[in-house]
Formats: sequence, structure tokens, C-alpha cells
Amino acid sequence: MIERTPILNILTHLILAVGAVLMLLPMWIAFVAASHDITAVNTAPVEMWPGPHLIANLREAWALSDFGQKFINTFIVAFAVVTGKITIACITAFSIVFFDYRGRMFIFWAIFITLMLPLEVRIVPTYAVAANALQPFQVIADSTGISWVINRLTGIELALNWNLLNSYTGLILPLIATATGTFLYRQFFLTIPDELVEAARMDGAGPLRFLRDILIPLSYTNMAALATIMFVYAWNQYLWPLLVITDRANYGLVVVELGNLVPDQFSTGGGTPTWHLAMAATLMVMIPPILIVILMQRWFVRGLINTDK
Amino acid sequence: MADISIRNVAKSYGKDRLMTDVSLEISNKEFVVILGPSGCGKSTLLRMIAGLEAISAGQIAIAGQVVNDLEPRERGCAMVFQNYALYPHMTVAENIGYALKVAGLPKADRLARVAAVAASVGLTEFLDRKPGQLSGGQRQRVAMARAIIREPKVFLFDEPLSNLDAKLRVQMRHEIRRIHHRIGATSVFVTHDQHEGMTLADRLVVMNKGTIEQIGTPREVYENPASLYVAGFIGSPAMNFLPGRLDSAARGVVLGNDARIDLPPGIAQSRNGQLVQVGFRPERVAIGHGGEAGVTARFDFVEELGSGCLYHFLHEDIPLTVQSDTRHAFAPGQDVRIAIPPDALHLFDATTTRALPRTAPTLVAVPAI
Repeated sequence: MIERTPILNILTHLILAVGAVLMLLPMWIAFVAASHDITAVNTAPVEMWPGPHLIANLREAWALSDFGQKFINTFIVAFAVVTGKITIACITAFSIVFFDYRGRMFIFWAIFITLMLPLEVRIVPTYAVAANALQPFQVIADSTGISWVINRLTGIELALNWNLLNSYTGLILPLIATATGTFLYRQFFLTIPDELVEAARMDGAGPLRFLRDILIPLSYTNMAALATIMFVYAWNQYLWPLLVITDRANYGLVVVELGNLVPDQFSTGGGTPTWHLAMAATLMVMIPPILIVILMQRWFVRGLINTDK
Repeated sequence: MADISIRNVAKSYGKDRLMTDVSLEISNKEFVVILGPSGCGKSTLLRMIAGLEAISAGQIAIAGQVVNDLEPRERGCAMVFQNYALYPHMTVAENIGYALKVAGLPKADRLARVAAVAASVGLTEFLDRKPGQLSGGQRQRVAMARAIIREPKVFLFDEPLSNLDAKLRVQMRHEIRRIHHRIGATSVFVTHDQHEGMTLADRLVVMNKGTIEQIGTPREVYENPASLYVAGFIGSPAMNFLPGRLDSAARGVVLGNDARIDLPPGIAQSRNGQLVQVGFRPERVAIGHGGEAGVTARFDFVEELGSGCLYHFLHEDIPLTVQSDTRHAFAPGQDVRIAIPPDALHLFDATTTRALPRTAPTLVAVPAI
């Protein structure tokens, strides 16, 4: 496959350049649109060069959307999701790979199948659970007669209720449970040679010690890769926060807020669409994921290729 | 210090019986080498001693204590693995000291002991390096140091030299011998390399297909192999075998159509007509001039050894090898007489493959026909 002729070189670079332009053009247009005022943005033809109003537009968009609180919220959610996912993925994969118990493969496949059921598919039941996380237990208690017994003995009506709507917990928990991380970790753990496990056993390290001293340090690159993917994933969440948060002022996330800025027939009320503000806000919202990807790039690639052993 | 007692141990995976009824007594400070081809169960036996593999039946006792249900760390064994199994993210010093760290030894004591052990295997200048920056031999030393530092009752080696190149292997072999002398821990060493087995062992255990074929000093095993398998496995170049039949009338063993070799009185008579495999080592036979007791074979090709030559022949399509210091120039296909002294003969029952007892006083040379 690797053939080097000048014509082929030029051709491949040409394709690369076209691809890069195609990828970058929307970003450029967003940037250009964010730097013009409302008249320039809404005048045909589309401006291709930046105008002078970038800073003013950024300020206005920030103030209009109350981004201060929302950026904090989004960071909290994204970091919690990343930490939660890595922790859960790591210990789940540890259990699946290094312990031998009945139903191990069943559990693995059960987790694996959830890859095919992303949050969007199971959003209605998830919402129901989030509205009262203890509802399943209530149902069990009611149907087995436990509620009745409690009522008879103490006179208390059993009504379990744990509402997750409009809370960080509600935003975070449903996003943590996915199979991607578990799968990535499992694949990594499978590459750990048996002899290493046995050497640790001979050295007297128990399972938790082995996890802490050997596995976790060895999986740093994996962690970085997973953290990068999951940070972007959590940052970009739209549908779930839109559903679970009605108290936008306190718990709103930036991406959802972005939706409000994008002009449609409701927001403009027949007025001129404020594309310049929408684009300015988009620029700001894009920055954290981009920074994370750039910073983590080195480990990210190594963690996914996973060759250095 | 500890002796190891392996009593009627068996291992099976589901219905597959990997090992049946293995018994072995290893005395204190002894260096025992378990030798066998891959898949013979030698590593499994070692891992059962270490506690890395469950024992399906039987008992293993270390220093008088049955260890069947003890965790590896409670058995007082240290193990050196084939692929070294060093922790790749730790420095040499951390690798060596890890067991002590797990045991909760204070850092100062730990470092002092790491330094002492590292010095004893010549690793002092590499203490801050990661295993990835070391050569194979150095990694092997780290693995040894990691085992030594625990001051184990029992040292277990799982083919530790097979990843090294030939020269380094010999060096490390000597090193292991020295360390054994110095520490005096009971050692069990598993290998498929007969040179390692012969040179290192106080006692050699030859295994095949999950059973022990023979236990003895290297010399005993070489000179009196207990079975056809051991005879073929030990010795390089390998022993020659020819099918034969004991014949009381001929007072010896008849090989094929033309050849017979005399045996001391008693052997052939008591087992007249028995089919046997006759074995003789390439270094114990010679190129004859014709007329000696032995067989005639067709010359095939020659291998140069430097110190001598290996002559390869075919006798009724069975390959035979003769090692000789004298140079001969044979033409391909030429018939050559191979002189087999009667005391070089090993007789094996053709059906059970066990060695036939040599009636005292071993075999007596009888004049040739």
C-alpha cells in the first residue's frame, strides 16, 4: 500500500487538504458570523471574512444566557461523569477479567448489550426512574405485602420517594452507566500477562493491592483516552439535561442553553434572527472540549492504540 | 528451610486428566530439576507447589505442613517466571522491594535490603531504571533478586532461561548454581532443556504426559534410563533405537535380519522370544572395520561438530547416529559396519517401553561372531 511517487504524493495531500477545509469551514463560518453585527449577519451574500464585533458579541451572548453559572454546572457534570465512568468501568472490568465466578460472562454480555441501548433509546423509563428513584422498591414492597405489614405494625404508610429531577445527581447518574468504558478497560486488562498477576500473588499482593499498585498505574493512558472521550460526551449532552432540568437558572447546562440562543420562530417572535449571538455562544461552548482534546491528545492516541507495553 | 513432599498429586481440568498420581520427595536444600517436553505437566506441578494452581487430588506439604489450601503468599515460596513478569511501571528497586512493601516493611529497612540484594546479583547501577530499559539477562537478574529478597524457604523456577540467548543462558545457569550454594534454599527448576537439567540438578525428575518417568541423579538417568522415553529424551545427540528379539539359542538379541549381539547369560534365556527395543548412545558406539558385533548400515550424511563428527546412517530405513572423533570419508549409500559394544546396550520391553533389568554384573562383552 505504501507507494511513493510525486503524483501520488500531491494527490494524497490534495485529498487531505480538501478534507481539512470541509471540516474547518463550518467552524470558520461560525467564527465569522460571531464577529459581525446583526445586520451584517443577516445580509446576503454570506460574509467570509471576520468583522469587528467579536468581543461585543461574546459579551452579549454571555450575559444573555447567564453562562457563568451554566459553565460551572457543565463542568461539575462533565467531571463527575468522567470520574464516575472511569471508576465504574475500571472496577467492573477488573471483576470480569480477573475473577472467576458463575455468571461472569453473562454479566459481561449484559453490560455489553447496553452499548446498543444508549440513553436516547431508554429515555422514557430512565425519566420515570429519575422522577422517583425508589419507585421500583415501592412496587416490590407493595406487591409483596411489605408495605401492608409496615402499615399494620407502625401505622406508617410506606411511600418511598427520591426525586432526582432538577439535581446534579439526576443529571449525572444516568450518564455514568454505559458499557464503552467497561469494554475498553476489559480489552486493556486482557492484555495484562497472566505471569504479572501471578508474580503479584507470589509477592503477597491481594486483589485490591494488585488493582491499586499494578493495574491502575499501568492503565493511566487508558484512563486518559476514556476521560477525553467521556468529557466530550458529557459536555455535549443535550436531550437528557433538557428533560431532567426544568430549573434552568440553577441547573442549566451550556449546550442546552445554546439551543435557546439558536433563532427559530419562537425565540425571534418574527424579529431578525440573532445568528451572531448564537455563533458567539457556540464559540465559547466549544472551547473546553477542544482544550481537553488538545491537552490529552498524546495519551489519548496511545491509550487507544495501546501498543507500548 | 524446607523439604517438599508431593503425595499422589493429580490435576484435571473438567474431564481432562492432565496429571495422574505424581509423588516426589524433595529434601531440604536440594536442587531438583523437573525435565520434560512442553505439555507434560511439569509447569503445572511447579505451579501447584507455588499455589497458583489448585490441586485436584493428593497432597503437597512444605516443611511438614500441608499447603493445599494455603494462598501463595503463605507458602513461603518465591518464583522466577519464564517471561520475568516484572512490573513494567516500577523501577528495578521498586520491583525488587515490592514484596517487602506489601509485607509492610518500613521504607528504610526495605531500601537497605534492596541495595544488598541488588549488589549480590550485580544490579546496583540499574536500580533506578525501568525493566523496559534493561537487557534480557538484566531483567532475569531482577526477577531473581525479587525472589531472593523474600528469603524464601523454597525457590521455584519456571523455565527462567528459555528466553535468553545461548551464551547468556550458560552464564545465568552458573549464576543460579552459585546463588543456590550461597542461599541454600530448596529449589525446584522446571525446564525442557536437558542441558540445563543435567548441569543444574542434584536430582533430575523426567516427566512425560503427566506422569513421572524417572527420578535420579543426572548420571543415573543418563546411564540407566528407566524407559524408552527417558532414553530418547536424555542425551544429545539422542540415543539410537533398533527393534530386536531376545533369542535364547543365539544367547543374545537378534536385530533385523543379519545382526545379533551377545548378551550376558541369563537375560536372553529367561525372556526367549521377547520383542525389545535396543538402544545405544551415539557416543558409545564406533565405526567398525567389519566383523565386530554390531550392525551394518548405509551411510547417509555427516555433520561437523568441530571436536568430531556425527555420522548419520540408515539401517533398514531406521536412522542411526554415530559420534566419532576420527574422520572418515564415506560415499553416500556406502555400507558401513557400526560396532556396538555389548555394555553400551540398553534393552527396553517393546510393549511396556520400560527398561529390562540388567542382570548383574551388567552386560559382559562376548567375542563377536
